[in-house]
Amino acid sequence: MKEKSLRTHLKALEHESIHIIREVASEFKNPVMLYSIGKDSAVMLHLARKAFYPSRLPFPLMHVDTTWKFREMITFRDRMVKEYDLDLIVHTNEEGRANNVNPFTHGSSLYTQIMKTDALKQALTAHKFDAAFGGARRDEEKSRAKERIFSFRTENHSWDPKNQRPELWNIFNTRIKPGESIRVFPLSNWTEQDIWQYIMLENIPIVPLYFAKERPVVKRDGTWIMVDDDRLPLNEGEVPEMKMVRFRTLGCYPLTGAVESSASTLEEIFEEMLIARTSEREGRMIDHDDTASMEKKKREGYF
Amino acid sequence: MSEQMMTASGALDGGKFARQESRDILRFLTCGSVDDGKSTLIGRLLYDSKTIFEDQMRSLEAVSKKHGTTGDDIDLALLLDGLQAEQEQGITIDVAYRFFASDKRKFVVADTPGHEQYTRNMATGASNCDLAVILIDARKGVLTQTRRHSFINSLIGVRHVVLAINKMDLMDFSQEVFDKIVDDYKAFAQGFEFESIMAVPLSARYGDNVVVKSDKTPWYDGPSLLSYLEDIDVESADRSLPFRFPVQWVNRPNLNFRGFSGTVASGIAHVGDEVVVAKSGKTSRIKSIVTMDGDLPEAEAGEAVTITLEDEIDISRGDLLALTQHRPQVTDQISAHIIWMDNSRMMVGRPYIIKMGTQQVQATVTDLKHKIDVNDATHKDAGKTLELNEIGFCNLSFAQPLAMDTYEENRKTGSFILIDRFSNQTVAAGLVWFGLRRAENIHWQAVDIDKKARAAQKGQTPKVLWFTGLSGSGKSTIANLVEKKLHGEGHHTYLLDGDNVRHGLNRDLGFTDVDRVENIRRIGEVAKLMVDAGLIVLTAFISPYVAERRMVREMLEDGEFFEVYVDTPLEVCEARDVKGLYAKAREGKIKNFTGIDSPYEAPVQPEIYVNTAEMSAEAAADLIIAALEKE
Repeated sequence: MKEKSLRTHLKALEHESIHIIREVASEFKNPVMLYSIGKDSAVMLHLARKAFYPSRLPFPLMHVDTTWKFREMITFRDRMVKEYDLDLIVHTNEEGRANNVNPFTHGSSLYTQIMKTDALKQALTAHKFDAAFGGARRDEEKSRAKERIFSFRTENHSWDPKNQRPELWNIFNTRIKPGESIRVFPLSNWTEQDIWQYIMLENIPIVPLYFAKERPVVKRDGTWIMVDDDRLPLNEGEVPEMKMVRFRTLGCYPLTGAVESSASTLEEIFEEMLIARTSEREGRMIDHDDTASMEKKKREGYF
Repeated sequence: MSEQMMTASGALDGGKFARQESRDILRFLTCGSVDDGKSTLIGRLLYDSKTIFEDQMRSLEAVSKKHGTTGDDIDLALLLDGLQAEQEQGITIDVAYRFFASDKRKFVVADTPGHEQYTRNMATGASNCDLAVILIDARKGVLTQTRRHSFINSLIGVRHVVLAINKMDLMDFSQEVFDKIVDDYKAFAQGFEFESIMAVPLSARYGDNVVVKSDKTPWYDGPSLLSYLEDIDVESADRSLPFRFPVQWVNRPNLNFRGFSGTVASGIAHVGDEVVVAKSGKTSRIKSIVTMDGDLPEAEAGEAVTITLEDEIDISRGDLLALTQHRPQVTDQISAHIIWMDNSRMMVGRPYIIKMGTQQVQATVTDLKHKIDVNDATHKDAGKTLELNEIGFCNLSFAQPLAMDTYEENRKTGSFILIDRFSNQTVAAGLVWFGLRRAENIHWQAVDIDKKARAAQKGQTPKVLWFTGLSGSGKSTIANLVEKKLHGEGHHTYLLDGDNVRHGLNRDLGFTDVDRVENIRRIGEVAKLMVDAGLIVLTAFISPYVAERRMVREMLEDGEFFEVYVDTPLEVCEARDVKGLYAKAREGKIKNFTGIDSPYEAPVQPEIYVNTAEMSAEAAADLIIAALEKE
């Protein structure tokens, strides 16, 4: 028997998320959990395991593999699948792969559109998923603050900010027509701090890239890019150097900036975050275009 | 940025992990309009609590230059406008959720706008909050919108209010101004059930009394807004209420384990307690309370757990577990307040889906008793419809009984939403006022001679041929021909049309949308009785709405309802104008005439389709008979 501490904010968030996850499993025919392998996905997966214990997860996980993820992410993903006995679907936009779509020759925006957004839409359509969990949080970005927990998507997966359903109490409207779907964000009310605290309290495994370590990096546009394999084209005169760095978010390695850090434990990461002066999304190259860029991407079907 | 603010952000900086671990959550909403400085106030709380990072500040500086209203200062209000269109209009038009934390608490802010048309958003924001910060512009004092905000909060069950009396800098931080506003507010708020009302004089733009106490208000001896929010005890009564556990999911990993997963809505239950399934009345004892972190001795309000029972009793999603000594009501008729949230208006008599906890069934508003004016909380004449943002007090009836409490007793088990069956939109939020027990007294009289027996005697399969189409499309003519042919073949039939229904049974009904709904409902019920009597029923009514035609279809058994769409173009109907009605409608002498100033929703998949442009009435009747014989 374990002592409880319900009144802490993390316990309250945990119970709220479990309620949301169970609601989806009960009300939808064919849900899927989008698994990005990052820390938010790690927390979401942990909550899902809690929601259905002692049963297995009643839905599969899906990873949209752009083929440019950090190698350590893929290793970690496969370890989790084995350890927790999960069903995993890995989807890659094969047309994009055949055309060798990459962040360098195609630019980050087109690359993201083809290998992430289009790939996701393909997979959702092919498997006829009627609900998809995502690990997005409302504190991440301005347009997310107004996002519902159950976010309605039309038949072509687009999001209309003017046509979202009001959400009251913890009663969620899960009704859709054939072909339509709902994206569900069980971590909506978590902040970056909550995520890290919870990972620490619950001992949740995360990809080692979050911890500082000497890694081969090159400096580009004021940020450190890790040379994860020999596919990264080096500019003239660019020589990878070893630096103590870590990542605050994870994605495609050529588009994910590292920060110089010596934080190699969760406690140190947490302390570092408390004095941090930039948001975690600064490391993401795709958000910089303009303030409304995320909103635009979401309308197009980006998660 | 003022010096005061810099020290303030320093004050919130610290917070090591250990201290933060024991924080709780306060969920509050902010009510007011952009003009009251609401967005500036929230922006100030986020900024001073260091929730805004440098990169976000840089982007804010850029945006401030383009859209800001504060000259060279950074416009904190712009932090909050998430969506492009709103950003350009300079108005927040939806509920947005913001987060910040101090050493003592994590705060979730539901940011809701204050304009008249946004009752829907405020109710949505308030539904999960324990406290409301109501903004008042010190220059303007208590306004109609202040009353509106207070009423909605009171209705939704928010019991703690903070009056943020803003822009005190523009009133020289005058105590007199402050005191007058507080007195005005308290005078009218007496009618509301608030447990606490606190007033804070502040300037969101300059940070006075927001995070730290200002030296400009020496006469004010209360705390700053943030200190107050950090310390106020809003511990909800959920834990002390009777135990309620809505079953979400049946947990069945193998044959040896059968658990019921859900979140405790209220109260507390221990292993060994006797529980009852509200709807079936079956009882058992709690055997274990299971979580991935180990079994628990008890489960209390807010906890998501899995409960196993001593006995194998029938329980599924939608059931509500309670302790045997404190049971919820089980009823299929209630009275309730509903807040209408959709552009398509509520109609008495039209079926909707109700979702209450984990229960979901069909529901109809059977009566609208009165409307409530949100501006002064007075009752208004009801009518039969509710428009977007209107609040009504109604009776509802459900297709099956539901387990519930009143909203006053329990916010979790006394709340519901209504969903439109076609658009699937959430059209209303509802608060249970009380259960009407009439339902228990109406029992079906079991009879020995049933539909099958009556149909067998007549040697036919009873059914309804539902003719729909514009006025003058030829429905009655064709239906009449079909009836003649059926009669000739020895069938027992009856034709319901405007002549024999509108002048008798339905002579109290007009042609408004609501009356049309009721008209069709009654015709449907009569047709159903006639089918029960074994007859083949033909009906010839315009029946312009998909929803009501579907309602009748659902009253009958599968295969009994044949929709016959008599498709005649409006121009043709108007040119025929047998009864001269189109001419009158065009002159404005008849209102709500289908096709002219009232819509006709054509069937998408009728059982039988008749195109009168391509065939005569006689040929159409033959086509219908042929289609029936094929069945």
